[in-house]
Amino acid sequence: MNDVRNDFPQLMRKINGKRLVYLDSTATSLKPRQVIAKEQEYYTTYCANVFRGIYTTSEEATAAFEQARTRVAHFIGASSSEEVVFTRNTTESINVVMNALSRTNLHGTEFVTTIMEHHSNFVPWQQLALGFGVPFRIWNIDAAGGLNIKDIEKLVTKKTKLLAVAAVSNVLGTINPVRHISHIVKRINPNCLVLVDAAQAVPHMKINVADWGADIVAFSSHKMLGPTGVGVLWARRALLEEFAPYQYGGEMIKEVHVDRTVFAGPPHKFEAGTPHIAGVIGLGAAVDYLQALGMDAIRKHEIEITRYALKALINLKGITIYGPSDAEDRGGVIAFTMKGAHAHDIAQLLDEDNVCIRAGHHCAMPLHEYLHISATARASFYVYTTKEDVDALILGLEKIRKIFA
Amino acid sequence: MDLYRDLILDHYKHPRNFGHLEKPDVVMEEGNVTCGDRIVIELLITRHASLITIRDIRFSGEGCAISQASASMLTEKVKGMSRKQVRKLSRIDIEEMLGTTLTPSRVKCATLPLEVLQKAMVSFNENYGQ
Repeated sequence: MNDVRNDFPQLMRKINGKRLVYLDSTATSLKPRQVIAKEQEYYTTYCANVFRGIYTTSEEATAAFEQARTRVAHFIGASSSEEVVFTRNTTESINVVMNALSRTNLHGTEFVTTIMEHHSNFVPWQQLALGFGVPFRIWNIDAAGGLNIKDIEKLVTKKTKLLAVAAVSNVLGTINPVRHISHIVKRINPNCLVLVDAAQAVPHMKINVADWGADIVAFSSHKMLGPTGVGVLWARRALLEEFAPYQYGGEMIKEVHVDRTVFAGPPHKFEAGTPHIAGVIGLGAAVDYLQALGMDAIRKHEIEITRYALKALINLKGITIYGPSDAEDRGGVIAFTMKGAHAHDIAQLLDEDNVCIRAGHHCAMPLHEYLHISATARASFYVYTTKEDVDALILGLEKIRKIFA
Repeated sequence: MDLYRDLILDHYKHPRNFGHLEKPDVVMEEGNVTCGDRIVIELLITRHASLITIRDIRFSGEGCAISQASASMLTEKVKGMSRKQVRKLSRIDIEEMLGTTLTPSRVKCATLPLEVLQKAMVSFNENYGQ
């Protein structure tokens, strides 16, 4: 990972003469010049709409767009690129599924999600359950910030329609045993869908949707070095056949008559309207970039940085760290609080030295309520994070502790 | 260190008029859910004909240094002010009081105490008429 920093133009930026210490990759990752160049290449050499033109540039654009789909499919171990749907983001991917389910009869069903979910994998199921007046069950965490597998027996029944779970928590960093969870859920109820929010997993570790045994997986391009405005929905082919379209319009149809419409098959059935062509092509380049680095090497680097940061934070007085204590059990994200200093003050003071962290509830209010805290500060790491970045954070926190002492 | 000058830190660590009144005429509470800030303002009101003024004020709550310091400084500023004067206070007055300009992400923290105070004054008006 030594040379990767040179690939990220934003890391070269100085604000008030000081370098940028970017510790908010859980919110969005920085972009390497290879991704930016690929997007620019589309705009400058073969900008045309996809699937429409019978001319060279349109065919080039279509080929590049579909190649990106193939790359993503291969990257996540999908059996076919037809199982890969492009959306706007993880949130939209989840809402495609929520919308499809909402148009079926859900009376007599139940929904399960976890207390550590991002709002995007919580609110859709809460609202769906409320709308149908059906049970909405929450899988709480244990003292170590993890899910107890034994709880599934109490939560999932023959009636459960769907269990939604994050592969990696965006606050606690907890890596959930998705494979194990899917296995047990299916044993209790083979018809219960398992939906995985993989937004914090796909960018950081090798994943394989077939190996997970889940039915649906959602993630975002912008957290994995790709452009904003592109999300991915993977689902088993049979489900995509069955699900109702999310939006109606161009690109998603086979035939339209005055009295009826025949929809296109998956994945295009879920991609109404002109997609974010440059973004999707950029995502393809991001996948190439990640694969060239190697997902195992990325994971190893993040464990090393996380272990280093955990050790330094534990040694700081007045700091409380949330989530698993072992770097091997968590993604590269650490949420913490400091005695006497509000998370917003911490973030603002760190910003004076260009140390970028996130403060607040990180779109996980149920988790913060469960932990009885209003806000946490959160530092997160990625391929370009160095120990010097962590040192800058620790130095800043020491300064802040003195200010508020 | 512009925002966290000694004055603001002093008010954060040693808030003025912090606590409760024995028999407040108005109690108003508001929070900013996203950051967990919460401010309670209690008022003792004096009325002379149509003139309504703040006789005494206390605040309590929790939150970031900016919201708490802003509340503390505001309580000192508004003691004796009329309802009309309080209504006229705005973000600019808060920035002047704090001695700094606010970045967009922190405006809400700083102006929350003023919002609570203005709501408290309106509610007194509603409760008692003129």
